[in-house]
Amino acid sequence: MSPAPKKPRRKDKVPMPEQAPEVRAKNFLEVPLGYDAEMAVEEAERCLQCKVPACVCGCPVNINIPGFIQLITERKFAEAARKIKETNALPAVCGRVCPQESQCEAQCVLNKMGRAVAIGRLERFAADFEREHELVQIPPKAALNGKKIAVVGSGPSGLTVAGDMILLGYDVTIFEAFHKPGGVLMYGIPEFRLPKDIVEKEVDYLVKLGVNLKLNEIVGKTVTIDELLTEKGFHAVFIGVGAGLPKFLGIPGENLGGMYSANEYLTRSNLMKAYRFPEYDTPIVRGKKVCVIGGGNVAMDSARTALRLGGDVSIVYRRAREQMPARAEEIHHAEEEGVKLCLLTNPVEILGDENNMVNGLKCSRMELGEPDESGRSKPILIPNSEYVIESDLVINAIGAGANPLLTTSTPGLELNKWGYITADEWGKTSKEGVWAGGDIVTGMATVIEAMGAGRKSAMDIHEKLMGVKKAIASPEALPDDMTCKL
Amino acid sequence: MSKILSMKELVPTIYEAVVEAPEIARKAKAGEFLVVMPDEKGERVPLTIADFDREKGTITIVFMTIGTSTYKLAAMKAGDSYYAFVGPLGHASEIKNYGTVVMVAGGVGTAPIYPIARELKKAGNKVISIQGARTKELLFWEDKLAGVSDEHIITTDDGTFGRKGLVTEPLKEICEREKVAVVYAIGPIPMMKFCTFTTKPFGVKTIVSLNSIMIDATGMCGGCRVNVGNETKFTCIDGPEFDGHQVDWNLLTSRQKIYLAEEKCSLEKYVEEAKK
Ligand SMILES: Cc1cc2nc3c(=O)[nH]c(=O)nc-3n(C[C@H](O)[C@H](O)[C@H](O)COP(=O)(O)OP(=O)(O)OC[C@H]3O[C@@H](n4cnc5c(N)ncnc54)[C@H](O)[C@@H]3O)c2cc1C
Ligand SMILES: Cc1cc2nc3c(=O)[nH]c(=O)nc-3n(C[C@H](O)[C@H](O)[C@H](O)COP(=O)(O)OP(=O)(O)OC[C@H]3O[C@@H](n4cnc5c(N)ncnc54)[C@H](O)[C@@H]3O)c2cc1C
Ligand code: SF4
Ligand code: SF4
Ligand code: FES
Repeated sequence: MSPAPKKPRRKDKVPMPEQAPEVRAKNFLEVPLGYDAEMAVEEAERCLQCKVPACVCGCPVNINIPGFIQLITERKFAEAARKIKETNALPAVCGRVCPQESQCEAQCVLNKMGRAVAIGRLERFAADFEREHELVQIPPKAALNGKKIAVVGSGPSGLTVAGDMILLGYDVTIFEAFHKPGGVLMYGIPEFRLPKDIVEKEVDYLVKLGVNLKLNEIVGKTVTIDELLTEKGFHAVFIGVGAGLPKFLGIPGENLGGMYSANEYLTRSNLMKAYRFPEYDTPIVRGKKVCVIGGGNVAMDSARTALRLGGDVSIVYRRAREQMPARAEEIHHAEEEGVKLCLLTNPVEILGDENNMVNGLKCSRMELGEPDESGRSKPILIPNSEYVIESDLVINAIGAGANPLLTTSTPGLELNKWGYITADEWGKTSKEGVWAGGDIVTGMATVIEAMGAGRKSAMDIHEKLMGVKKAIASPEALPDDMTCKL
Repeated sequence: MSKILSMKELVPTIYEAVVEAPEIARKAKAGEFLVVMPDEKGERVPLTIADFDREKGTITIVFMTIGTSTYKLAAMKAGDSYYAFVGPLGHASEIKNYGTVVMVAGGVGTAPIYPIARELKKAGNKVISIQGARTKELLFWEDKLAGVSDEHIITTDDGTFGRKGLVTEPLKEICEREKVAVVYAIGPIPMMKFCTFTTKPFGVKTIVSLNSIMIDATGMCGGCRVNVGNETKFTCIDGPEFDGHQVDWNLLTSRQKIYLAEEKCSLEKYVEEAKK
């Protein structure tokens, strides 16, 4: 049989099927549906298999991107997933939530002559294929080396440390404050962007590898870092507790009923499954007219959740559209579903009724002034431009800070002026035996950056405890002189 | 998973459970609370640590049935396990020798006040307890509380036991009678509020334990925020005890009511299903 004639390489990405906006705006099912095998192979064939693959430098964990894409073209889908897992333990998650347009895909050479290879979609496809066909293998584990590692927090950074160290022969225990593991993947990012059963499967995999998972244990309360290092006999502790502290605007009316921090709103909906109330017991205010304050991904997630709970939703953002920090794709998805944008609008007061429930958001109009030091035009208040947006639910998504619960109970842990933990490039903190990484060191960043930090700490701990010199397990496809190699 | 070792109905609508939780018992101090989830679909319910036994590794909780979550907790039996049992949380009570302290407990508030009274007694204070209930039938732990008090006064709204009337009456008399260093008031919001009004003219520091609605109870969501001294505080990490004279009671009361409609709907569903 002669091989089928090769299709000409397409200029653009193979589109990913997704639920129609009017349908998905009413359900919590995942929006993009994923590639099927044919779509994946067609997209994979767009990759030029560069000798010096620029894309790899854009990925914070240096996945062997041409390597796994090549395997997809050969229809070795499970093998492709395993290739990715050499450096990224959570490909089904990253394929969905990484800001690829500013990471791996931003570096792809095809950008110069069309559009980048859809690396994230392919990563997702391979990981989903392996999981759905139950082809996940338990990799070989080093013999137990007698050392115990405590991981505090089960977000992406903590899961990465646990996954790496269990394979290196450590006895690993994760301590998680909540009743479900996963960190922001579980309580922050909504089901329609990242189905929770995927997160659960990824954690199950770690448990199968032998990681002990202690839920409902708050380090700093149930047990302290010092106790872990002494009485409990851990040889090292990794802190990956995230940036879990809501910020408020400091304007009047912020304690009214129907005024949530995005943390509370999303935790109610995602972790406590309030969107399925009363099947689940935790309630949530279902606003009819909803204002979400902020312009980042958290604001988009809140807005799209409120929409699915039946609200007429507006995003209130004080700068212009071009300055919104959210991913373009998220803004696009939100608008398609019917979320409105109130730009150059600054909230000044939350108004309440006689029962102290929100009934309006008073805002000022803004205009853009001269660019400031950061190059961004500063929004300036237009005097006497106040007006009221009718609203019965206001969600504040203006950012998060460092939660002091653990850090204040840990003497000897150096913090910066914002309360984040000070650590060197390998995550080593000022306290003997203690490493830290992810959002509690950097402030809120991305899933893959938190994972990259976890990986570095794991290697540094390994070097300190076992004397094994660290080297990022770099894909063999990378030439030695590639600068992005650690 | 934390196993219930024993479970009993103390008085109608009020239950006591002793729970196996060695990690929490090891650390627990008077005034702290914990979060319990009856089952996977349940809420995260904050409850005060009513007692603890470090040796046996047990924690005692006492709760009153008012909505779905507390009904669910009441329906569980010895041998069952809670889906989650997390703590200890919040700041412990500041225990030292103040001099004379008055402990005012309203209804189920007797349970959280007992360990604080016990510790204050141990620290050398003269402890005067005032325990209030609607009616005789709802009084519990009188012996326990009396056992750690120099003086123990009981009031019932209907006069079926002890003095007839509200806890604020003996409180006022004591403040008139002698120099009181600190008052602790724990119970329903109106009761705590009126205790602070009673002590205000005497300038006696009055500590209350606030029961705002919570989710994570680790300072992550801000759902438990209250206004104390014109500042926003998180009950879970800044409290639960606050200076009662500084608390914005109206706000607290209205924040308790945010989910009234949902709570009613949830309870109706629960009762409906329980019948089946
Ligand atoms: C709504 C939302 C949407 C986002 N969307 C994206 C996206 O699309 N793409 C992307 O790349 N990034 C996104 N991010 C950012 C990303 O999720 C975070 O950067 C990442 O999760 C940080 O990981 P982490 O390991 O540092 O901690 P986290 O994920 O924050 O996890 C920390 C864990 O530690 C636990 N913990 C905290 N304190 C204690 C304690 N004292 N004891 C025990 N456990 C404790 C917490 O309960 C939590 O489970 C989003 C964030 C939010 C909030
Ligand atoms: C730090 C802290 C410690 C607590 N300790 C205890 C304890 O030791 N024992 C105990 O029984 N409860 C305690 N509570 C209160 C307890 O958490 C609530 O009673 C419980 O969450 C109610 O849940 P539910 O689903 O049964 O009722 P819901 O359906 O949530 O509530 C029904 C109605 O009762 C109102 N309500 C809520 N709490 C109270 C209350 N305490 N008194 C009167 N009305 C209320 C609500 O506003 C609502 O309208 C504590 C709360 C906090 C924050
Ligand atoms: S992990 Fe993220 S950045 Fe790295 S290749 Fe995958 S999608 Fe790109
Ligand atoms: S840069 Fe683009 S084309 Fe080159 S290997 Fe990476 S994905 Fe393929
Ligand atoms: S309950 Fe979430 S911050 Fe207090």
